[in-house]
Amino acid sequence: MSSAAMDPHVEELDEHSITIFGFWIYIMSDCILFSTLFATHAVLMPNFFGGPTPKELFSMPFVLIETFLLLTSSFTYGLAMLAMHKGKSVQVINCLVITFLLGVGFISMELYEFHELITEGNGWQRSASISSFFGLVATHGFHVTLGLIWMLVLMWSVWRFDLTKQIKTRLTCLSLFWHFLDIIWICVFTVVYLMGAIAT
Amino acid sequence: MKQSTVTSSGADHGTYASYIIGFVLSILLTIIPYYIVVYLDISTGFKTLSIVILAVAQLLVQLIFFLHLNTRSEKGWNFLSFVFTMLVVLILIGGSLWIMYHLRANMML
Repeated sequence: MSSAAMDPHVEELDEHSITIFGFWIYIMSDCILFSTLFATHAVLMPNFFGGPTPKELFSMPFVLIETFLLLTSSFTYGLAMLAMHKGKSVQVINCLVITFLLGVGFISMELYEFHELITEGNGWQRSASISSFFGLVATHGFHVTLGLIWMLVLMWSVWRFDLTKQIKTRLTCLSLFWHFLDIIWICVFTVVYLMGAIAT
Repeated sequence: MKQSTVTSSGADHGTYASYIIGFVLSILLTIIPYYIVVYLDISTGFKTLSIVILAVAQLLVQLIFFLHLNTRSEKGWNFLSFVFTMLVVLILIGGSLWIMYHLRANMML
């Protein structure tokens, strides 16, 4: 973005749009990564190896609350983007703090679930079904964790430098990333948990 | 800067109302399949079908109201790359399941 300082305004806008489009392409490639994990899960799900079935493993109300946390965080990130377009930096930081806390709540619940599974002897070594569950859900959780770190950095940047063009670009990229993770979670919720509860 | 909701990059960024609508719809589309799976006493096939349909509806809500995906932004390249990705995803998941299903049947597992 160093050239943007001397270039005319139009040039700067163009760079902003190209960066966001590039990030969109990255998200599409991430989509393919997740689709391989979903395919693996779909294939391996019925292989319990004498271990517990998804129905016995997961607590549905717990997962529902997790889903609500992530959905709400996606909404509050949307509010941060609206505040950004209005140029209200304090409001952006407030919305990001709420989003961050909801995200931390989600990750804490997920780690608690993993901890429970592992201490009950149902870790990823138990069966192919549980391995594929951990592979898929932990990859999503890892993405959310990285998103949270990114969000912290951006909160600090907005507080320190205000809403510059560059920071707006980064906020927009993170918004795509965050909404995308929400969409992936919806698929996880449907395919892993709801379908797992149906299949006996 | 043609319209109030379109940014300089040509990407749509939505309004307060669109986020509220999206949020309410997404919550509803989470509660309904949950209710169907946990509380309703209907056949497994019907349950599966209904939650798949509701999940697709949920995905569309998220894409339209939160990601603001439409055929106009970035001169359509956003949308085109999305369609291409969905094609790859479909081949990957559908193909894997198809192959593994036949493998299982033919190996008589």
